[in-house]
Amino acid sequence: MASEIFKIAAVQLRPILLVLSLIVLYRGHNEPGGGFIGGIMAGMGFVLYAMAVGVEKARKSRTIKPVSFMGLGLFFALISGLFAPFSGVGLFMQGVWTEIELPWGSAIKLGTPLLFDAGVYLLVTGMITSIMYAIMEE
Amino acid sequence: MTVLIPVIIPLSAIVLLIATRRWLIAQYIISMISMTVLVINALSLLTTLQLKGYLTYQASGWPAPFGITLIADQFSAIMLLAVAVVGWLVMMYAIGFVDAARKKAGFFILVQGLFAGVNGALVTGDLFNLYVWFEVMIMASFVLITHGAEKQQLRGAVKYVVLNLIGSVFLVSTIGLVYSKTGTLNMAQLAMMIQQQDVSELMNSYLMLFFIAFGIKAAVFPFFFWLPASYPTPPIAITAFFSATLTKVGVYTIIRFYSLYVDHDGFAWKEIILWMAAATMIFGVLMAASSFDFRKILSFHIISQIGYMIMGLGIFTINSLAGAVFFVVHNMFSKTAAFMAAGLVYKLRGTYELKDSGWVYKDKPLFALLFFLPALSLAGLPPTSGFFGKLFLILAGFESEDWAITITALVVSIFTLFSMVKIWNEVYWKKPAEHTVLSHQPVKVNLLPVAATVAIVLLMLLPGVFAGSLFGYFSRAAAQLMDVESYIKAVFP
Repeated sequence: MASEIFKIAAVQLRPILLVLSLIVLYRGHNEPGGGFIGGIMAGMGFVLYAMAVGVEKARKSRTIKPVSFMGLGLFFALISGLFAPFSGVGLFMQGVWTEIELPWGSAIKLGTPLLFDAGVYLLVTGMITSIMYAIMEE
Repeated sequence: MTVLIPVIIPLSAIVLLIATRRWLIAQYIISMISMTVLVINALSLLTTLQLKGYLTYQASGWPAPFGITLIADQFSAIMLLAVAVVGWLVMMYAIGFVDAARKKAGFFILVQGLFAGVNGALVTGDLFNLYVWFEVMIMASFVLITHGAEKQQLRGAVKYVVLNLIGSVFLVSTIGLVYSKTGTLNMAQLAMMIQQQDVSELMNSYLMLFFIAFGIKAAVFPFFFWLPASYPTPPIAITAFFSATLTKVGVYTIIRFYSLYVDHDGFAWKEIILWMAAATMIFGVLMAASSFDFRKILSFHIISQIGYMIMGLGIFTINSLAGAVFFVVHNMFSKTAAFMAAGLVYKLRGTYELKDSGWVYKDKPLFALLFFLPALSLAGLPPTSGFFGKLFLILAGFESEDWAITITALVVSIFTLFSMVKIWNEVYWKKPAEHTVLSHQPVKVNLLPVAATVAIVLLMLLPGVFAGSLFGYFSRAAAQLMDVESYIKAVFP
C-alpha cells in the first residue's frame, strides 16, 4: 500500500476513470457499455483513491456521500419510469426521446432510457464505494 | 395504474427515506404514509376487481409477450391488502420497538425494500420479473436479518442466505430452461402453450424444479431448515415483518403456478403435494413441541401452518382453494400477532426462554390476553379466524374424500394446541422458579407497540365474525384462480 508510484497513479487515475466512465455510460446505448459498467468504473476510481490515501481522507474528499449517490440513482431511475405517464405521452417506463442540436452541426439524442442508465450508474457507484469503504475500514 | 402503485410507492418511499435518513421523525412519517397508501390502493384494487375480474398493465407500452406484464386478480389483491394491513400495523409496532441505533442504520429503508419486492412478486405476470422481485425481497431480508450484527443473528443469517440463494439458483435456472424450451417468459403465454401443445410431459420436470425453488422460499418440507435457524434471531419486529411476507409470498407463487400450469389429473401431483403438506405439518408441529423458546416455537408453527395452505392447494377444489386462501390471510394476521405479543413479553421480562419467564398474567393481564387470542386462533379454536380456516380446509378434505390428509390436519391441530398451552403455562401462568429473578425494572413498553398489537388482534378476530361472507368472496377468488382461460384472455385480449 505504501508504494509511491501507486499513490501518484491512483490520484491521477481518479479523474480519468470518472471521465471514461461517463463516456462508457453514454455510448452504452448503441454499443457495449452502459450504466452498470460505467458505475463500476467510477466506483473503482473512488476505491483506488481511497486505497492510496486512506479511507478517512477519501471520505472527507467527497462532498456527496455514497448513500446519497444511491438515493439519487434510485430517484433518477424512478423519474425515468414515471416521466412518460406523468407527461401523458405513454405508459410507465415508456421511452421519451428528444434531440438536441449542437452548435457544430451534429446532434445528440437524449431520452428517459439514458436517464435510467444514469440512475443505474449512480446507484452502482454509490453501492461499490460504500461497500468497499466499509470493508477497508474493518 | 392501480396495479403499478404497490411497486412504485415503496420505491419512491426509499428515495425519500434516503434523503431524510438523519431525521427519525421524517422516517416514521414517510414509512407510515407509504403503508397507508398501500392499504388504500389495495382496497381500491379489490373493489375494482370485483367488477372487472382482472387488471393488467403493460409496462413501457410493449404488448403482452414482449414487454413486462403486470396483472392482478382477486387472489393477488387479497394478498396485497393483507400484506399492506399487516405491514401497516407492524410498522407502527416497529417504530416503538426497534432500538434507535438500528433505526438510524436504515431499518425503514430496508423494510420498504422488502415491501417493494413482495408487492412486485404479487402483481407480476412475467417469469423473469418474478425472479427479480424475489431477489429484491430476499436482498432486503438478508440485510434485515443481519441488521445490528449480533452474533446469533449472523449465525442464523448464514443458513438463511445459503439456503435462499440455492432457492434462487433453482428459480433462475429453471426460468432459463423454460425459456429455452418454450421461448416465452410471459406467464399467460406459457399457460397458453401448455394448453395448446402437448408439452405437459416436459413441463412436469420444470414444474418440479419450480416447486423446489418456491418450496425453499415457502419453507415446505423438506426445505424448511433455514426458517427455524434464522427467524428467531433478529429483533422480533423484523421477524413479524418476515412472518407476514416471505413465506406467504412463496405460498402465493406455488398456488399461482400450480393453478396456471399443472395438469392436476396427470402425473402424481396431487399425491406429491398432499404428502409434502402432511410432512410439513407434522414436522413443524413436532419440532415446535420439542423447543422451549418462545420465538422458536412460533417459528416452527409457521412451518406447520404452511402445510395447511399446501394441503388446500393439493386437494384443489374450489372450496379447498378458498380455504387455503383464507388460511394464508388468517395466518398472516394470527402469526404476526403472536410474534408481536411475544415481543411485548420480551420487553417485560427480557428473555424469550420459557423456563426463565412466568407470571406475565399476574403483572400484565392485557399482554396475556394479547397472546391468548392469537394462540387460540393458531390452534384453531372457535370463534377465531383460525377455527374457520381449518374448518373450511377440513370440510373440503372430507368432501373430496382425502381422508388421510384431513385426519392428519385434525391431529396436528391438537399438537398445536399443546404447544400453545405450553407457552401459556410457562410464560403467563406459572409461578417463576425460586432461583430465577424476574426483571422487575419499570417497564418501558411504550404505547405504540401495545396499540399495534391490540389492533392486529382485533383485526384477526374479524375474519371469524364475517367468516361466511369472506369465504364467499374467497371462493370467487379461488374460482378465478382455476379459470386459466380468462387469465390468458386478460393478458391477450
